[in-house]
Amino acid sequence: MNKTLWSVLVALGLVAPFIVYPIFLMKLLCFALFACAFNLLIGYAGLLSFGHAAFFGGAAYVTGYLVKYAGVTPEVGILIGTLFAALLGFLFGSLAIRRQGIYFAMITLALAQIIYFVAVKSPFTGGEDGLQDIPRGMLLGLIDLNHGYSIGGKTLELNLYYFIFGLFCFGFWVVYRAIHSPFGQVLKAIRENEPRAVSLGYRVERFKLLAFVISAALAGMAGAAKGLVFQLASLTDVNWHTSGEVVLMTLLGGLGTVFGPLVGAFTVVALHSQLSSLGSWVMVVIGIIFVVCVLSFRRGVVGELGRLLKRSL
Amino acid sequence: MKWCIRATACAAILGMAASAGAAGKGISDGVVKIGVLTDMSGVYSAIGGKGTLVAVEMAVADFGGKVLGKPIEVISADHQNKADIASTKAREWFDTGKVDMVTGLLNSACALAVQKVGADKKRITMNTGAGSTDLTNKDCTPYGIHYAYDNYALGNVAGSEVVNHGGKSWFFITADYAFGHSLEKNTTSFVNKLGGKVVGSVRHPLSTSDFSSYLLQAQASGAKVIGLANAGGDFTNAVKQAGEFGIVQKGQTVVGMLVFDTDVKSLGLKTAQGMQFASGFYWDRDKATREWSQRFFKKHKAMPTMDQAGAYSATMNYLKAIKAAGTDDPDAVMAKLKSTNISDFFAVNGKIRADGRMVHDMYLMEVKKPSESKADWDILRIVKTVPGDKAFMPLSESTCSQVKK
Amino acid sequence: MEISFQTVMSQLMLGLNNGAFYAVLSLGLAVIFGLLNIINFAHGALYMLGAFVALSGYAEWGTLMGMPDFHLNYWAALVVAPLVVGLLGMLIEKTMLSRLYKVDHLYGLLLTFGVALILQGVFTNYYNVAGTPYEGKPEILNGAVNLGFMMFPTYRLWSIAVALVVCFSTWLVIERTKLGSWLRAGTENPRLVQAFGINVPLMITLTYGYGVAIAALAGVVAAPIYSVSPVMGAEMIITVFAVVVIGGMGSIMGSILTGLMLGMVEGLTKVIYPPASSTVIFIMMVVVLLVKPSGLFGREQ
Repeated sequence: MNKTLWSVLVALGLVAPFIVYPIFLMKLLCFALFACAFNLLIGYAGLLSFGHAAFFGGAAYVTGYLVKYAGVTPEVGILIGTLFAALLGFLFGSLAIRRQGIYFAMITLALAQIIYFVAVKSPFTGGEDGLQDIPRGMLLGLIDLNHGYSIGGKTLELNLYYFIFGLFCFGFWVVYRAIHSPFGQVLKAIRENEPRAVSLGYRVERFKLLAFVISAALAGMAGAAKGLVFQLASLTDVNWHTSGEVVLMTLLGGLGTVFGPLVGAFTVVALHSQLSSLGSWVMVVIGIIFVVCVLSFRRGVVGELGRLLKRSL
Repeated sequence: MKWCIRATACAAILGMAASAGAAGKGISDGVVKIGVLTDMSGVYSAIGGKGTLVAVEMAVADFGGKVLGKPIEVISADHQNKADIASTKAREWFDTGKVDMVTGLLNSACALAVQKVGADKKRITMNTGAGSTDLTNKDCTPYGIHYAYDNYALGNVAGSEVVNHGGKSWFFITADYAFGHSLEKNTTSFVNKLGGKVVGSVRHPLSTSDFSSYLLQAQASGAKVIGLANAGGDFTNAVKQAGEFGIVQKGQTVVGMLVFDTDVKSLGLKTAQGMQFASGFYWDRDKATREWSQRFFKKHKAMPTMDQAGAYSATMNYLKAIKAAGTDDPDAVMAKLKSTNISDFFAVNGKIRADGRMVHDMYLMEVKKPSESKADWDILRIVKTVPGDKAFMPLSESTCSQVKK
Repeated sequence: MEISFQTVMSQLMLGLNNGAFYAVLSLGLAVIFGLLNIINFAHGALYMLGAFVALSGYAEWGTLMGMPDFHLNYWAALVVAPLVVGLLGMLIEKTMLSRLYKVDHLYGLLLTFGVALILQGVFTNYYNVAGTPYEGKPEILNGAVNLGFMMFPTYRLWSIAVALVVCFSTWLVIERTKLGSWLRAGTENPRLVQAFGINVPLMITLTYGYGVAIAALAGVVAAPIYSVSPVMGAEMIITVFAVVVIGGMGSIMGSILTGLMLGMVEGLTKVIYPPASSTVIFIMMVVVLLVKPSGLFGREQ
């Protein structure tokens, strides 16, 4: 993709907190990263995981706990949280990739449910209360992430925003590199025709597992970042509704497109915040979007756009 | 990637260059905004919910709709009993919604989360719904007020009464979150102090529809008293199912540690008669409570609970404090609130202490027999009045960092 | 607390009670999966809908129709709710699901997930999430039966009986009748069955309708036990999924037996180590998958 487009996007990301409420932006970024990670799995390896909340929320808990009680700096906390998600992804992946399609989806869902109940019951997650009051801490021990700058009568938490933005850029870059590498090509080959990939001598299971682990790790990074932003890791993060939501984001934006998950995540998060006064009609709206997407819009927003422009986005 | 880093650095410097303007006296943002954040759709919605909003709006209207010449606004949201939704909403209100004070906060997990955000953002939280004593102990803040009741007072007033009447062995069925834990802990300490014994406990998730297996565990424990350290819909479900499984017939007593008028209504006097519990408010206590409650009833079609009446009183006294301080600056308002005695239809001998605890008289209530009830909402009787300084945890025992020792 | 015979038996009875609901729901899922190859995520929501037909029929329909004295009684609800929900199910199948048979089966899962969200969202707007008690329990089912080791509410015994009757009659129809043999043949090779002059699309529609109708029936039966809440299905569905995976997808008898068994396993766990009671089913699922990936009663692919 050309350089100007990238520069424009990054510049947009940099000035955005001066225009839009930074916390909202950070939420967008976290979910966008989550959706990108998820897309790597479903869009490129053709595996529908219905348990990604376990990585997202699990990492949020681990990072939150370490930052709050072990006093580690936020970047170390996020790193360990991400590693935890990767490890969990390895375990889940090893169990789940033995089956395909619907079976795969249901097994990931049930495995994630174990994590959910562990989070409900174990003392270190705070159960129903969640892990509250997670300090944002000092980045590298130097930069106070909690610091707010007063600009135009508003307090902007810019340190944190640029940290999260940096994380997002990194995650997005990892996904982009993975897709546009021989590894990504093999994944696509597996998605299109698995027996053929096998006959070409690829050890399909290993590729799938690696894709699963990368996806889980990045989902974990997104969750850990969200934990820092809202200073809270809660059961919502590990609930299966969150797993469903990330499916929707990716589907709505466009499976297997680079920018689709971003568009999908932005739309869904914006919907949530714009419609929050409507109470649970939000859930109805989201359900309707789901149905419409599946019935007549399976390529998603970016996918359809790409088809019109005749190029892959 | 390089781009990203360079531009980030530039923008960060830009940000640091801008500086803050000093906060002045008077009313900031030209409006006093009160946020009602409570359970509007869940297990506690009858206790708080829309009724709390109605009560706060009544307080604003009674105050005249304006303070120091500036308008007073009320907004509300449903925290769905989820701490993440509560803290996100509160943060948004404080950051972009010009909200000065949040009240309601029914549900301890939500209350703890919001009180912390409030302290971060230097905004006042007046919690009328949640019970956890952590709010005024280890998690207390300079801007948090715990208004209507707390778990210490409940255990003290009602728990002790049960033990003194022979209920020496207890089994707890506890809501598995901050509120339930704190209620169980507080009541246990009173039971032990009076020579009773807690033989076991079991925890259930918030908003449980089937208590059967917990009740059977309680039955198997052989305890004389089954203490329900939960509230609202959880409490009424547990009581009803205890009846189904014949637990009361077999000689065990079921005791609700936190009961509201609305719960008694939904159980019916036939089921609930004779039950004793502690409360900070009853609509039919005296002339003032009756007068206010009748007005409330006209708007809400139900008599006020302790939470709803408390929200009115909290809002009213907050507005009075702004008027008296001549500003809505949170530090000045807090100083005023803590130095003024509170006396209205809700609170008798009320005072907000250094730890944020509002102490006032508490009551031991008893549910009337169906034959004693003369009107639709004539459901309770005040057995005993416990003065505030006897009912609540003494300030000397508080572990709050705001208390100078 | 020492573990007495009494405690074990009473928790087992409660477990059997829960297991009966698992069995009916996972049976419906299995029937639908067998013929449509779709995992019906909306199953929990339709179970919830069944309970709401009973609740609202008893408490609200009279007022809505201008006849305040009208209450749809429990026995009528047992018939009306499955009919209403079954028809709705057939409508969903005809208008939406039928358009997805040519694409990846995963889209069926996603579509029904969307439907579940819509139903749950609509009801959450009008009813308390914590549940509304159902007042229409018939007098005759009130009270408790002394089982020797415990007092067991009559109604719960009744609910176990209803579930067993539904499960085993469905099993009989599918395994022992002509209709059942068509169904089974349709699962194996729809084209061939079509060639024999059997209307396969209609059979599919009816199957989906039946599967969700028994979920609705379970909802009505559940209404007097648990409070009727918009999230009652969402809480149930994931567990039922695990039951289906453990039993072996598509196996009718497998889903029935696994449902009952897992309910009791859950009950036992409540005696031995209560904190694990909500996870035990999922842990069992992992173990089963490791040992026998096709499930306890499933065929190897």
